[in-house]
Formats: sequence, C-alpha cells, structure tokens
Amino acid sequence: MQTLSFNPLYPFETLEIPFDDWVEVAFDWIAGARPVFQAIRRPIDWVLEGITDLLLFLPPGLMIALLALVAWQIVGGRLALGTALSLFFVGLIGAYEQSMVTLALVLTAVFFCAVIGVPLGILAARSDRFETGLRPVLDTMQTTPAFVYLVPIVVLFGIGNVPGVIVTIIFAVAPLIRLTNLGIRQVPKDVIEAANAFGASGRQLLFKVQLPLATKTIMAGVNQSLMLALSMVVIASMISVGGLGQMVLRGIGRLDMGLAVIGGIGIVVLAIVLDRMTQALASSERERGGRRFVERGPIGLVRGLSAGRTASAAAAATQRRG
Amino acid sequence: MNDKIVVENLYKIFGPDPRDALALVRRGLDKDEIFARTGNTVGVCDASFTVREGEIFVIMGLSGSGKSTMVRMFNRLIEPTAGSISIDGRDITKLDEAGLRDLRRKTISMVFQSFALLPHIKVVDNVAFGLELAGMSREERRERALAALEQVGLAANAESYPDELSGGMQQRVGLARALAADPPILLMDEAFSALDPLIRSEMQDELIRLQDEKKRTIIFISHDLDEAMRIGDRIAIMQGGIVVQVGTPDEILKNPANEYVRSFFRGVDISKVLTAADIATKTQVTIIDKPEQGPRAALRLLGDFDREYGFVIGRGRRFAGVVSVSSLEQARRDNASLDAALVPEVATVLPEAPLHELMGVVATSPHPVPVVDDQGRYRGVVSRTSLLQALDNLPAETGTDAETQAQSPAEAVPQQPSPVAAAGE
Repeated sequence: MQTLSFNPLYPFETLEIPFDDWVEVAFDWIAGARPVFQAIRRPIDWVLEGITDLLLFLPPGLMIALLALVAWQIVGGRLALGTALSLFFVGLIGAYEQSMVTLALVLTAVFFCAVIGVPLGILAARSDRFETGLRPVLDTMQTTPAFVYLVPIVVLFGIGNVPGVIVTIIFAVAPLIRLTNLGIRQVPKDVIEAANAFGASGRQLLFKVQLPLATKTIMAGVNQSLMLALSMVVIASMISVGGLGQMVLRGIGRLDMGLAVIGGIGIVVLAIVLDRMTQALASSERERGGRRFVERGPIGLVRGLSAGRTASAAAAATQRRG
Repeated sequence: MNDKIVVENLYKIFGPDPRDALALVRRGLDKDEIFARTGNTVGVCDASFTVREGEIFVIMGLSGSGKSTMVRMFNRLIEPTAGSISIDGRDITKLDEAGLRDLRRKTISMVFQSFALLPHIKVVDNVAFGLELAGMSREERRERALAALEQVGLAANAESYPDELSGGMQQRVGLARALAADPPILLMDEAFSALDPLIRSEMQDELIRLQDEKKRTIIFISHDLDEAMRIGDRIAIMQGGIVVQVGTPDEILKNPANEYVRSFFRGVDISKVLTAADIATKTQVTIIDKPEQGPRAALRLLGDFDREYGFVIGRGRRFAGVVSVSSLEQARRDNASLDAALVPEVATVLPEAPLHELMGVVATSPHPVPVVDDQGRYRGVVSRTSLLQALDNLPAETGTDAETQAQSPAEAVPQQPSPVAAAGE
C-alpha cells in the first residue's frame, strides 16, 4: 500500500475530516427522537386540516364571494373586485382547488410563524444577549438552501403537507423575528421612559406601548413571511406537498408548459391578493381616513343599513304615535 | 412651609464599577481623575438639599451638569448609587418594585422635554395613560383626563391625535397627563425648552397659574436663567454634578457662590428678568375705600406719614385710584366724598411687566406707579427710587452684602405693616 508523505503545499491530499460521516452519525442520533418530531407534527396537522377543510368546504362561487368581501373589508372595493375576478379566472383555468390547498398551506405556515416569531422577536428586543445568540441562527435559516434541509425534514417528519409547512416555517419565520425585534427596539426611548415614569409594569409597557408602536413593523414582518412562504410553495412540493406548487413541479417534470404556467399564475394571484391585504393591515386606521374597522367596508355597510332600519322604524313609531 | 423632599448625600456614578469610584469620590478625588482611573463618570456628587412643600424648585446648570440625572433619581428612573431621598419622611431609595410603581402612579409625575406622548392614541387617552396604568375604570379615567385637559385649556382637542397639535399644545397635553392623577409632586425636565420663546413664556405663565390654583411641589429643570428667575421660588445651581448653590433668585443674584454661578448671571439683563411684582413695595400709604371714609381721615393719614400721595383700595384689595394731598383738600373744601378726590388718569402697570417696560411710565408719573394685576387687585407700587435701585443692582457690582445694604436705605418709607389699619380707624 502506498502511503503519501505530508506535503505542506498540498495539505488536502493527506489530511481530511470525515465531516459528512459525522453529520450522518449525528443525524441518526437525532432521528432516534422521532416521537418528539411526530408530536411537533400534530398541532400543525390540526391547524392545516382545519383551514383546508374550511376553504374547500364552501362551494367555489360562495368562497370567492367571501374572499372578495374580506378584501373589501380589509382594503377596499377595488381589491375586492380584483380578488373576485382573478380567483374566478384561476378557477376557469382549472386551478381553483389547488389554489385553496396552497392558500391553506401558506396561511398555516404564517400562523405558526407568528406564533413562534413574535414572542422570539420580543425576547430578542428585551435581551441583547439573546439577540446576539439568535442572529447567526436566523442568518443560517434564511441563507441555507432549502434543498439542504429538505432531506433531513423528510427523514424526521416524513413527506406530505405537514413537513411542507415545517420547511416553509423554517424559511419564512426569520424576517418576522427580525422585524418584531426591530419594531420594539425602534420605539422611542423617551416614550418608554415616560411610560416607566407613570408607573408602567413590564407587561403594561409591552402591551400598551411597545407592541402598539411596533405594530406597523411587525405587520411588515408578517407580510414578508407570507411572501417567503409563497415562494417556498414549489420547492416544498418536492416532498409531495399538494397544491399549485405540485402543478408547477409536474409541469416542469413533463415539460408541460401549460400546466406549469397555470400553477404559476395561481401563485402570483395569491401573492398579490395576500400582499395587499397584509399591507393594508399594517397601516393604521388614521392613515385610511380615520374610520374605524367596523365602520368601513361590508361590515360598515351592514351596520349602517341596520342602524338606518332601526332609525326608520323609530321614526315610523313616532309617526304612528303622532 | 414643610420640607417635602429631603435629599441627603446623594451620589450617582455611571460606569462599570460605581462602588470603587464612590470610594474615590469620598476621598475627595475630582471627576476627571476618577474617570481616568476607573472609567466611571460621576453624574451627581454628594448632593444635599431640601425642597419645601408647594414651591417651584428650579435646578439649573449647563448641559452635563447632572441636573437631568438628579431629577430622574427623584422617581428612580435612574437608581442612585448612594445617599437618600426622602419624600414626606419616607426614603424612596428603599422602595421595592411595587412601592416604586405606586409612587410613580400617585405621588410623582413627570413632564418631558420631548413631550413623549404616545402617538397611536388620542389626546384624552394620553392624558389618562397614568390612570389606566393604575387600573382605573374607563369612565372614571376619561372624566379625570377631560378635567385635566380643561385645566390646561385643551378640552376641545381631546379627540385629536398628538401629531395634529402644535408643540406648545403637545406640551400642554404632557402637562395635563402629569396633572391627571393629581400628584403632589411634579418633575419637569426642561419641559419648556423645546418650545419657541413666545410659547415658552406662555407656558410658564400657565404653570404659575396652575400653581396659584393648587400648590404642588414642582421640581423644574432648566438651563435657562430667565426661566429660572421667572418661575422659581428657589434655585439650585449645579456644576459638574455638584450642587454649588441653593437659594432664592434674589439671594443667588446678589451673592453668587462662585465664579461659575456669577458667570451664569453676567449676561443677564436685570431689566428683562425682574418684573414689576419683584420690585413692588407695599410701604406706601394705602387708604381703604369705605362709605364712611371721608377725605379728612385720608388727609390725616398722609400727614402722619408725610406723604404726598395715597393709594385707595376697595373691597378685595381692588385698586380704586390715587389721591393726593391737594386733591383731598379740594374734596374737603367741597365737602365731597373720597371718590371725588381721585386723581384722574392714573397709569398702572401689570405685575408681570418687566422693568424695561416700566421706565417710561415711572419716569413720567408724578407719583409712584401702582402695580395692578389683571384682576384689578393692588399689588404694591413701583417708585422711581425702587426702580433705579433695582436696575443698579447688577450682579457684577453686588459682590458683598455690605454693598447691598449700603444701597438699600435710600427709601425712608414707613415700614410694614402698612398703615392700612390706621386708615380704618
């Protein structure tokens, strides 16, 4: 057997760390804790199933009308019209059901992003040490190519929609944590000092001052998470996640341009509608003319009508009495 | 007046190792040396003074002199390193979290230079903020917030948002927020410094008016001497973390403790700082205007004190006019009432009028000029002598007490108590 002598100019011909083997070993060890990962699956499963059932339960015509009403309530009449027309078009090209599945996946992912991300962001804002420790983790989560952790996720969680949501959460949660942290840290020092001077407890400071003043930034984080989640749809479909991503993936696999484009259009439509809605949520009531949430849109209309009816009924009653 | 706040040997040292630095400060090392040796900054050094109940106590100094640090130790936004602060005899440096919150909610409130209002809630909710923290019900705190807004004249803006108001109005909201819980102590950290000069003096008047309505103990931080002189009952001057002098504006003006204090006052134009009320004397002959009071009694009174003019005062110290010996004699001859003897066209000045506005009036008036406030109440008189004396009393020349005393006996006037009682008999 020929043994090479160590040459400092070409050190790597003789020196090598079996890092890949180590990772395998470590991973096998982690995989031993499978029950833990199965437990993690469960809440995600519940939420995902709930949302999917809800979206697919209603007949498409009613569902599109409902989504348009939601858009009207949150943003305004123009987006309502746009939502209705574009979803109708998506339905016409045969991607309605897939759109709803994708919408459910994305909403589930964003829900868990918020549940995980906002508290972590708050913690990061309160402790510099925690923030310093968290930052490289977030960097890793955002920059690691999704394909790298796709495999371990499959090993730990299996394939299907739930692991797909988990992959999406990993990819999409970082900006929400960052922006929550930033939003709270950006609350002016003098306002914090004033709140303290008037005897605010830690909890009061958080809920009455810091979070309200950080809402805009946090909502921008939710918006970013949502967009990232949508961008993960196609990659997640590689671990057999259904919906629009599956259409795109299958289209690419079969060189079926039509199918891929239909899936693509569906994703874009969802992205635009969701983006407008979350952006509108981020702006405060005052920036939109000072009318309160319940006084605008369809809710406002219904309230106005019922108030009008009560008023006219009252007027009629007075007339009768007179 | 009782002592409301007693500060004893108070220190604040910022930096990595305040205890070490404290030992050095106590050994008498100065600020720069301590910073060089330990990297700690001495914020406040061995401060001891008392603030009396119901006074406006101004803490003055240049930026970096420790005055903002000082005021924040009163509600422990900054924790003192050593020493004690007693409020009504209770040492607040020993309070626990809950006790401290209670203190901040009920006893001490604060007004900030930057207003520090919450931008996302309405003015009325901002004012109610402290009450909300204290757990008061929605209706009750709203009611009290509206009452506080009423006090500062902003009730009409209750439903506005802070950024819809001007700077002066925003600070009124800040003031109302501090008043809402009706605390006995107010801390005002350069509260009016961010406002333009006109609004600033308006706010100072507002504060004085509020103080007249209900006496609170106010600790007011300022770097502006004019402001300190205007509103302060007493002033503490800080230099490099040390309280160098505490006293009334007059005392400090007349007898500055060191060159630093003196330099504060050097640029001061006395005629703009002092007002008619500051130099008004009540040593003139005043005559109470009563129906049975005739010109005869008034004449005798003027004769007794060898005065040419007397000042007639009605019910509730309302200023009625000036009478002279000749006008009284005329009235006696005509057998007329005291009112007939009033000298026509008497010029009066407002108590808040600065001295430089008085000169013309005082110079042309044949008699001392009565000081009458906007309610019509008599507040004393300004004579030529007292005006000249005040103007001459520039700080640069008033180094010693002896000098001041040498200047003061110029007016040989009947001393207090004023001869009002005599006139009534």
